[in-house]
Amino acid sequence: MSNATLFEKVWSDHVVVDETPDTPAVLYIDLHIIHEVTTPQAFTVLREQGLPVRRPDLTLATMDHSTPTTPVSSFKDLDVVGESAANQIRQMEQNCKDFGLDLIGFGNEHRGIVHVIGPELGATQPGKSIVCGDSHSSTHGAFGALAFGIGTTEVGHVLATQCLLQRKPKTLAINIDGQIPAGVSAKDVILAIIGEIGVDGGTGHVIEYRGDAITALDMDSRMTICNMSIEGGARAGMIAPDDTTFEYLHGRPRAPRGADWDAAVKRWKELRTDEGAEYDKSITLAAGALQPMVTFGTNPGMVVGINEPVPDGGDDPSFRKALDYMQIESGKPMTDHSVDVVFVGSCTNGRLSDIEEAARVLEGRKVADGVRMLVVPGSQQVKNQAEAKGLDRIIVEAGAEWREAGCSMCIGMNGDTVPHGKLSVSTSNRNFEGRQGVGARTVLASPATAAASAVSGRVADPRTFS
Amino acid sequence: MNAVKHIQSRTVVLPTKDIDTDQIIAARFLTTTSREGLGQNVFYDLRYNEDGSEKSDFPLNQPQAHGCGILVAGNNFGCGSSREHAPWALLDYGFQAVISSEIADIFRNNALKNGLVPVVADKGTHQWLLDNPGAEVQINVEDAMLTLPDGRTTGFPIDSFAKYCLVEGIDQLGFLQQHLERITNFEEVRAWKP
Repeated sequence: MSNATLFEKVWSDHVVVDETPDTPAVLYIDLHIIHEVTTPQAFTVLREQGLPVRRPDLTLATMDHSTPTTPVSSFKDLDVVGESAANQIRQMEQNCKDFGLDLIGFGNEHRGIVHVIGPELGATQPGKSIVCGDSHSSTHGAFGALAFGIGTTEVGHVLATQCLLQRKPKTLAINIDGQIPAGVSAKDVILAIIGEIGVDGGTGHVIEYRGDAITALDMDSRMTICNMSIEGGARAGMIAPDDTTFEYLHGRPRAPRGADWDAAVKRWKELRTDEGAEYDKSITLAAGALQPMVTFGTNPGMVVGINEPVPDGGDDPSFRKALDYMQIESGKPMTDHSVDVVFVGSCTNGRLSDIEEAARVLEGRKVADGVRMLVVPGSQQVKNQAEAKGLDRIIVEAGAEWREAGCSMCIGMNGDTVPHGKLSVSTSNRNFEGRQGVGARTVLASPATAAASAVSGRVADPRTFS
Repeated sequence: MNAVKHIQSRTVVLPTKDIDTDQIIAARFLTTTSREGLGQNVFYDLRYNEDGSEKSDFPLNQPQAHGCGILVAGNNFGCGSSREHAPWALLDYGFQAVISSEIADIFRNNALKNGLVPVVADKGTHQWLLDNPGAEVQINVEDAMLTLPDGRTTGFPIDSFAKYCLVEGIDQLGFLQQHLERITNFEEVRAWKP
């Protein structure tokens, strides 16, 4: 195929049956990641219809959403919050057992958030089609995979047939040229993008992030950017694989080896948008103008530079409602606001480099009085690596909590919640009303901004802590 | 899935833009392993105060909202997470259709697979519906037409396959299974193996 975009190459490589005006394409799925929250009802359908899981070998199962993150000496001591969450976890274990799936469960050194462990294991690879019953599946697009979130009915479709019925989405190129300034992280880049395109700017599209500012990023940063594609309405975000990608994957447990590795890299190098290929939409941002970003409202598109005044939404009632909920005024910067809770973690910012970014700010400093700070590694591996580097000690000595791996306070399903009315600076991906707990007020930010805010006791510019 | 051909009902209006799936069904209600019974928790934090009492100004809590089967919402309804619990909760509560000027991709897909009809109306029609809560509206799924109380009709976009499945009550898994031979063949002949 000539003049194809990265997306089109990966898409066409997985079409089992072409789409027609009357029927969607049958799209093959190379990797299906499953977790305890969005799968029980799908397994029920399989049981009702007497169907097996078609490809257990292409199914990666773990538990992350409703799992506790309280520090324990033994996994036997884990105290799952609530009977229904405990039941859901037991159900996941039973489903995996009944359907012959290897579960990366409690006590497994590879357990963690679905979108952290897929890449970490090397199961996430360029050119794969990857789905999970979780909208942040877009994360895996950082490797040049086509990865998107699906609902539970579709989870059932993939379990039973390894395929999905899909209409081909449109393409949106986001070019970021130039050099990202010091003190500005991938989180700031993606928040600025969502501020630019809006929370529905990518609806119906797959984003490809391009430009020298993107290719200069390491894999953790690329994952942070692709992760939040869904917050701009796009089900998937992709970045063309390159040497940075290959270097990351080389030697990982599920990455190809030997001659298979060489063949894979040769194939992966073709996964880039051809000269002259066209996107349905295209926008360009200058990297040099980027700065640390924080949200002020109740969706990730309501975002502002750290020292800029919160904008005036005019007479838009939705904007007014968001500011009322947040107890925030137009015209003043977010740095005016004191902070109650700080959360570093999630599939957006729970990787080793994120923990390092936070620890750099915390080192030799103390979390301000009255602020509770949680640092939750995205996986057991991240936890082990951080501890090997002594980051846990820096975090604990600063007065923050160092926890077990999981989704934790990003979604607040496991008992890690922000109290009603309290302001949280969070490295997660959604500042929706009630997302971190009933009445919780969430400000999304980078790990550095979160740590700077924890130390300051107010929303703070991380560049003053370098 | 039950067939959905025609809906006639009054509307209840939530004019806010960008109503996300966390607002439709909060994460703390996702620990269920069933599809049933989620309706009691739909829009929970918008419907109830902290002490469990009803928020009287919330549209769903007003007497005239009782029995309304069509939800009219502000632009970009259903953004956020992939939780299918959102359409399950809306259906369980009694909604048969959602009308907005834009509906988020994953929510729309999930809705269609459960017989909740997502209607993306043109801006003018959408604004009229926002301004006229309680209007008696008809949705003809087969013809993809929306009829307002004064008889005005307007078309809405819907994927032809999704429409066929709605109207006939077809489970898409069965359709996929018809292709199992081609799926097996694809697995065997593809140039590389995942």
